[in-house]
Amino acid sequence: MSGASITARLLIVAALLPTAGHAAQSIVVGSKPFAESYILGEIMAQTLETAGFAVERRFGLGATLVTFAALEQGEIDVYPEYTGTLSHTILDGGEVVDAVALADALDAHGLRIITPFGFDNSYAIAVRQHIAAQHGLSRISDLTRAASLNFAFTHEFLDRPDGWVGLKAAYGLTVDAGGIEHGLAYRALADGKIDVTDAYATDGDIARYELTTLDDDRHFFPEYLAIALGRSDLEPEAVAALTGLQGRIDATTMRAMNARASVDGVAFAEIANDFLQGAAQPGDAAAEGLDPRWRQLARNTQRHLELTVVALVAAIIAAVLLGIAVHRSRTLSRTVLYLAGLLQTIPSIALLALMIPLFGIGVTPAIIALFLYSLLPILRNTITALITIDPLLRRVAQAMGLTPTQQVRYVLLPLALPSVLAGVRTAAVICIGTATLAAFIGAGGLGDPIVTGLALNDTGLILQGAVPAALLAMLTELIFERLERRLVPAHLVSNRLPQ
Amino acid sequence: MPATVQFRNVSKRFGATEALHEISLKLPELGITAVVGESGSGKSTLLQHINGMLRPDAGEVRVFGAPVNYNALPAFRRRIGYAVQGIGLFPHLTVADNIGLLARLEGWSTDRVRKRIDTLMALMELDAALAPRYPHMLSGGQQQRVGLCRALMMSPPLMLLDEPFSGLDAVTRRGLHERLLALQERSPMAIVLVTHDMREAERLASHLVVLLRGSVVQAGSLPAVLAEPHPYVKELLGASQ
Repeated sequence: MSGASITARLLIVAALLPTAGHAAQSIVVGSKPFAESYILGEIMAQTLETAGFAVERRFGLGATLVTFAALEQGEIDVYPEYTGTLSHTILDGGEVVDAVALADALDAHGLRIITPFGFDNSYAIAVRQHIAAQHGLSRISDLTRAASLNFAFTHEFLDRPDGWVGLKAAYGLTVDAGGIEHGLAYRALADGKIDVTDAYATDGDIARYELTTLDDDRHFFPEYLAIALGRSDLEPEAVAALTGLQGRIDATTMRAMNARASVDGVAFAEIANDFLQGAAQPGDAAAEGLDPRWRQLARNTQRHLELTVVALVAAIIAAVLLGIAVHRSRTLSRTVLYLAGLLQTIPSIALLALMIPLFGIGVTPAIIALFLYSLLPILRNTITALITIDPLLRRVAQAMGLTPTQQVRYVLLPLALPSVLAGVRTAAVICIGTATLAAFIGAGGLGDPIVTGLALNDTGLILQGAVPAALLAMLTELIFERLERRLVPAHLVSNRLPQ
Repeated sequence: MPATVQFRNVSKRFGATEALHEISLKLPELGITAVVGESGSGKSTLLQHINGMLRPDAGEVRVFGAPVNYNALPAFRRRIGYAVQGIGLFPHLTVADNIGLLARLEGWSTDRVRKRIDTLMALMELDAALAPRYPHMLSGGQQQRVGLCRALMMSPPLMLLDEPFSGLDAVTRRGLHERLLALQERSPMAIVLVTHDMREAERLASHLVVLLRGSVVQAGSLPAVLAEPHPYVKELLGASQ
């Protein structure tokens, strides 16, 4: 019948949902949102599972900033990282640091390098194999003899001091180079539009396009040794298990595994499993059948709903109470709406990142961010509806002897209900959309396949997250339409629905 | 006769305007008292002091033999029926729910509420079939009858009517006048009626209070006032002829 009873119903729904959090005593393995990091993460996770540990996977965390912060705060216990990246992140200079200095710096953060995997994912200079043969190219210094070739580098590489500028100086190269988008570089190389470009040493595409990388004979590029980075307090048995991976993955192996993921679309878990079983041959992804996929979809959807519903219910309660509290004062209303509007202008990914220092990673910060995003539409509609209620109705409610609480409960809220519901509906749709980004801070949900799909450039995988999210948004619209029809007398809807 | 409503030297200003000036009044415990005067004379301001919607700047308002307790207004106001010109029926509640709201909050049984609503609607000559309808489906006259039913629900010893018949056509108004007189016949109570219509006052009231620019010009029983009308009252009577 009224606003309060919907709130009550939603609260019950929220209470019935399982609370999200860590499983006790399990080791949390993280990864960044690109294929190589997922694969190394899986390899570590499966290694730990084989050693008898319970493992929780927090894969696809948004870039170094998020992942490193998560490790520091103990939200994750271990993840794959690169020494060069750490030098940048911790010592924030571009300087190449020696292993001892790096270990000391990490120690100060309560972290340690558990083991190197055995390959260096540094920058590399890539050319087609037949061009290399034709021009006798095997080392970067050979490029001084190949001025007729067409050089094009990614924009980042062109601008970095440890990129093209430094490389030119170090090798005495005199050619000019153009810029190209990273996504297009390999294709352009394969098509012969360009001849020389920058690459990462273990890119799966190097194998796919039959390219070769030139030897950095003057050791210009800093080392990007792949390592398992973990917390100093990680259990010794876990450290021992992970140390077993030391030096077992070389650049060629890694490149092949990356290609299986990004070119053949094999699941990370399967690639990792094949590697650990010593079976390098392509597996049969289809043999797994549809069942695990559906289960995964169900899990993602459930998590997505948990995030959305909890955030939304909290936002409804907060916004409606706040709206009731401030609506009598124009100045207060304006201030509150202004602040809520300000929150809305923070890009969602930035808001999520801002949550990390305060609440770590995972479900909690995601819910708080979604909560903040949902406030404005509900708050605005609540305040607007309350302000526009006929003053005569307020006067009558007061004069007939309703207490202030009864005035809110029996007159103000029911009259504001259609508008509040419309605000909740808007917030719900925003919430469902924004919740896909929560995967970047390890909260899971339907964003998980999207983030993974983006890492693999796999449209199918992206759609596995995007389509259910869109359907969920549409379903929400329908549910609210029904709810409105049930809760609000028809004559109040037609002339009260805002916008 | 002990007065239900008493004003002692009540003054009220809104900014620079003095809305009430040292009003002292005793209203009778039973019967209809009409408060008349032109627009801006302070009639409505006077009425709103009785149920504590407004608080005097100076002086004291006493109701039911005691000063108004501004710390316990809701309970106090439930003993005072209230109906206004705009009616102010709650659009999200049916006719029955509008009338029965207070009783339900007071914890009356469903059965008791329904019976009381039936009685009141019959008294106001409202078709019982209107009970489940929403206010916007009713005519203006029907809405005002529902408004009166709502004011009467808790059988208050005192009713405040703030121009409830304005804005209605003559026939509807006459019908409502009859209902009000019938009600008064059946269960007498104190009713304070604010009106700018002298003829309405003559038809309904047993007592008159005439206001001019925030002051009482003349007050007393209707026959007494009509026997020796103040020049301003004569003027009002003349204007309404």
